Amino acid sequence: MKARQKRFILVGIGVIGVAAASALIISALRGNMNYYLTPTKVMAGEVAEGELFRLGGMVRKGSLKRDTKGLDVEFILTDYKTDVTVRYNGILPDLFKEQQSAVTKGKLGTDHIFYAEEVLAKHDPSYMPPEVKESLHLDKKQSSEAAPAINDKASN
Amino acid sequence: MNINWFKYAAPSSFYPLAGKLIPWFMGLALLLSLLGLYWGFFKTPNVLTHQKEYYRIIFIHVPAVWMGMWLYVMMVFWALVGLVFNTRLSYMFASAIAPTGALFTVIGLWTGAFWGQPSWGTWWDWDPRMTSFLILLFLYIGYMALQSAIDDSRRADKASAILALVGLVMVPVIYWSVNCPNPAECSSLHQESSTQQIEPNIFFAMMVMVLAFWFYAFGVVCMRVRTLILQREKHTQWVQELEEVQHG
Repeated sequence: MKARQKRFILVGIGVIGVAAASALIISALRGNMNYYLTPTKVMAGEVAEGELFRLGGMVRKGSLKRDTKGLDVEFILTDYKTDVTVRYNGILPDLFKEQQSAVTKGKLGTDHIFYAEEVLAKHDPSYMPPEVKESLHLDKKQSSEAAPAINDKASN
Repeated sequence: MNINWFKYAAPSSFYPLAGKLIPWFMGLALLLSLLGLYWGFFKTPNVLTHQKEYYRIIFIHVPAVWMGMWLYVMMVFWALVGLVFNTRLSYMFASAIAPTGALFTVIGLWTGAFWGQPSWGTWWDWDPRMTSFLILLFLYIGYMALQSAIDDSRRADKASAILALVGLVMVPVIYWSVNCPNPAECSSLHQESSTQQIEPNIFFAMMVMVLAFWFYAFGVVCMRVRTLILQREKHTQWVQELEEVQHG
């Protein structure tokens, strides 16, 4: 065997090893690498009291209430199975809308209300002008109601 | 047809070829970025469903992020070709790609932060996509650092080639971090990538910018390879006979 072929085989083994490592990393991160928890998991008691964590979900339609005097806001995050009421004092990001996803960081109170220190809006992959999006939205509305998911994919 | 594939693997024949190609690459990069930016600014809707004018940063952000990832794959590819065939030029390509890849990665992170502040509500967050992309930047920096830490360029090339190969594990992770088949298993703040839900004019401008960035990368990598050839082959006769060397 020529030296070049030997090196080729060695490099090939290296590439296969890297691919295997990558697959292992991805499978290890699955389930563990949740950036946020869903309302169902939170209400099932997966977090200890007073623990700081992220809660993510869809902002329920019609649930956003703003205080007329200050920056206090209250809204409901849902994964279509469980609802969590979130209270926050601060400015909401631009993409924060009802029926859109949001990720909040904070603590769950004993009153089962989530007191958020930070509210981030999660964006969907759509880059469409409103008129176009509306027409798409109407077409797919039925299917999205049939299979609701926390992810924004369903709302498009 | 019998083409001699290895003809241009010789630095002495690649050097003049690259010199001829660079103006074309850079010219195309300039024209395409003018077209892409014009289309992006004037032929696209002003307001999207949830976003205002600032969405236009995607014409820089998305191509830059893609280049950051693709250039890493290209860098590993040339480093591996170097390991197998022991060709000097492929190692030079690998080390010439690294700074450009790192630059695009920085641009991607930076423009992402600019966009993230008004739309998500934060400059930076340790979400899986952003974290894995930051690691990619560190891999580029690590590759360049290792290469310049070893004086003997042949040993430096080999050591950094192996480091680059190991770092390749991050590329699928970056892709997967937003395109996970089951969103309940892996959630991130960054939106998933989609080509179907993008308005056609936005998509067109974005793709033109991707091409522009590719040509810029070709051009600037060729320039850097030429410099590396002059540095590493300075004792050879053909380099000493070059007009620019004799008169410079």
